[in-house]
Amino acid sequence: MSEDVDIDVEYLTRVEGHGNIEVNARNGKIEKCEWQVVEAPRFFESLVVDRDWTELHHVTSRICGICSIGHTLASLKATEDAMDIDVSEQDKKLRKLALHGENMQSHVLHVGYLALPDLMDSKSVVPLTETHEEEVKTVIRLHRLANEMSDVITGRTTHPQRLIPGGFSKIPTENELMELKNKLEGSFNDLTAVANLLNDLESKIPAFERETEYISLTHEDEFALYDGDICSSDTGRTPVEEYLEITNEYTVPQSTAKYTKNNRESYMVGALARLNNNYGQLSPMAKDIAEKFDFDPLVCNPFMNTIAQVVEVVHSVEDSIRLIEELLDEGLEEQEEYNSPDIEPKAGRGIGAVEVPRGILFHDYTYDKDGKCTEANCVIPTNQNHGNIQLDMEKMVPDIISKPEEEVEKQLSMLVRAYDPCISCSTHDLNIKFID
Amino acid sequence: MKPEERPKAAFFDFAGCEGDQLQVANLEEKILDLLNIVELVSFREVMTEHSDDYDVAFIEGSITDSHAEERLKEIRNNADIVVAIGACATIGGINSIRNAQDFEKVQERVYGDEREHYEAWEKAKPAKAVVDVDYEVHGCPIDREEFLHVVQSIVMGREPNIPDYPVCVECKLNENVCAFERDEFCVGPVTRAGCDSCCVNEGTICWGCRGMIDNPNEEAHEEVLEEYGLTAEEVMKKFDLYFTWQKEAREDE
Repeated sequence: MSEDVDIDVEYLTRVEGHGNIEVNARNGKIEKCEWQVVEAPRFFESLVVDRDWTELHHVTSRICGICSIGHTLASLKATEDAMDIDVSEQDKKLRKLALHGENMQSHVLHVGYLALPDLMDSKSVVPLTETHEEEVKTVIRLHRLANEMSDVITGRTTHPQRLIPGGFSKIPTENELMELKNKLEGSFNDLTAVANLLNDLESKIPAFERETEYISLTHEDEFALYDGDICSSDTGRTPVEEYLEITNEYTVPQSTAKYTKNNRESYMVGALARLNNNYGQLSPMAKDIAEKFDFDPLVCNPFMNTIAQVVEVVHSVEDSIRLIEELLDEGLEEQEEYNSPDIEPKAGRGIGAVEVPRGILFHDYTYDKDGKCTEANCVIPTNQNHGNIQLDMEKMVPDIISKPEEEVEKQLSMLVRAYDPCISCSTHDLNIKFID
Repeated sequence: MKPEERPKAAFFDFAGCEGDQLQVANLEEKILDLLNIVELVSFREVMTEHSDDYDVAFIEGSITDSHAEERLKEIRNNADIVVAIGACATIGGINSIRNAQDFEKVQERVYGDEREHYEAWEKAKPAKAVVDVDYEVHGCPIDREEFLHVVQSIVMGREPNIPDYPVCVECKLNENVCAFERDEFCVGPVTRAGCDSCCVNEGTICWGCRGMIDNPNEEAHEEVLEEYGLTAEEVMKKFDLYFTWQKEAREDE
């Protein structure tokens, strides 16, 4: 047993953005245990001020490369809410497909490229390309399918082009949708293979539990991603307009990012929160996969977020097939080329909430009468998880501190990775210098 | 190429959305081809392995504080070839919108009373404002094929082929209806081509993410400008989502 422990992970690897882990113990007594966020601020809430309502979604898409579709949609929903712009049922279904595509892409990237190496005792996916070529190729095929889906629906995988206020500048053809549906139907073997692979590795998932509050969207008709009310596993439903009552941002000295809390000291957002809150609305095969992992809400092991992502990928595939079938059954209503809905800007405030891969995302804009933005606020999923990561670490470290230092470091790194943090998203970062 | 002859490559990120590194993951099966021509020795977003011994460094994101400046200078010292990837690293990108805003207000809008607590430069800078950059892969995000072309060129010791003519040239070839014809505003006449006019093809406008061509006053797309009674100056002035740093740098020259 080691009495003195010094863990100082500067710039944790295999996560998006920059964060550090620092743990010090002397004579078995923990002196410091911190998850620190050190990302450079990018000032998005200022970048959009004075800009035209037709440009905001383009600018805020750049908050995050991985969830650019989600940011674009939250942005459009906020603008549409502020200006009472209607979106057709067809366009809503297409937007839901776009969100599924991004959810699949992001989750497959995280599970296959970032999390899996830990479970297979590898430092990255690169050595696995030689030792586990088949498995890596399966992951690549699913990743490519997800990206192809985003291409077909939004024009591009990262920073979508077709999503505009009021709808789409261009929509896919029925043939393209049909082809996409065939590819999605052809992916079930690969989905099962990935689920089985993780199932075989389940013993490598640390058995750690800490009950917390889980927050996501919820909707009476479907597993909520694009629309719904805010739902807390502690306090129930809240309308999106009252999101500030839920997020309650505050600053802490050891981190450059703002934290959030609602009913407890912290809460969790993301795939695990969505499954905990809306489990009954998952698609049939997604539920089968969840059962393989004995998933029984509330699941309070944060490492299970990775498994929840696998379940969600399956849900997204099945629900996408359903949405495409509906669109094809109804027949796609054509729209003119270079579509630009006829909209008169007006003054007002609007809020858009969307579930993106890492959790619930809010955009909140105020416009003047000419449609110029005067004020903006974005609350990002990863910021909402930082407080929960810190409290998980505080509970976990005393339990594992007597293990060899490298094991402690690996498990803490795995914990942060399980949240799939997207730190560069964190628009609220405060770049405080640490003084040791 | 023998595995031991592959140049060693490393990826580094600064202030940005990491969407350009994501395009490397989005190469899908072609990642395996990429690994045949370069040896990845550092790529924090996907690898725990790390080495400071590399030949080619790829830089994503803008430089926005002195810590980042030091880090980039160290990378420049370590690498034979530095490649800036994506608009934030090549032209300051979306980050540079704030370069034209009052910095006091920028800080206050985002951080309110706590604006004193952190260090950030008043202006976001591209990599080449801090160190010498050998090659640039433009765009927001970068185009995967163009990225591969640049990597292959570097490995083969050839000069990559990066266009210095406006997006309108590609847009005309694609037979798009001109944005100005549709009463929309577009910076295609002054923006560097190489994207195959992808945004206009998808029904919108050119937003300018690849930055201005080297000499917009002389090389802008005259046919389009004349037809709609515009000058290159007016186009650059009216719509400056991506051009702020470039415009300031050219004024300083």
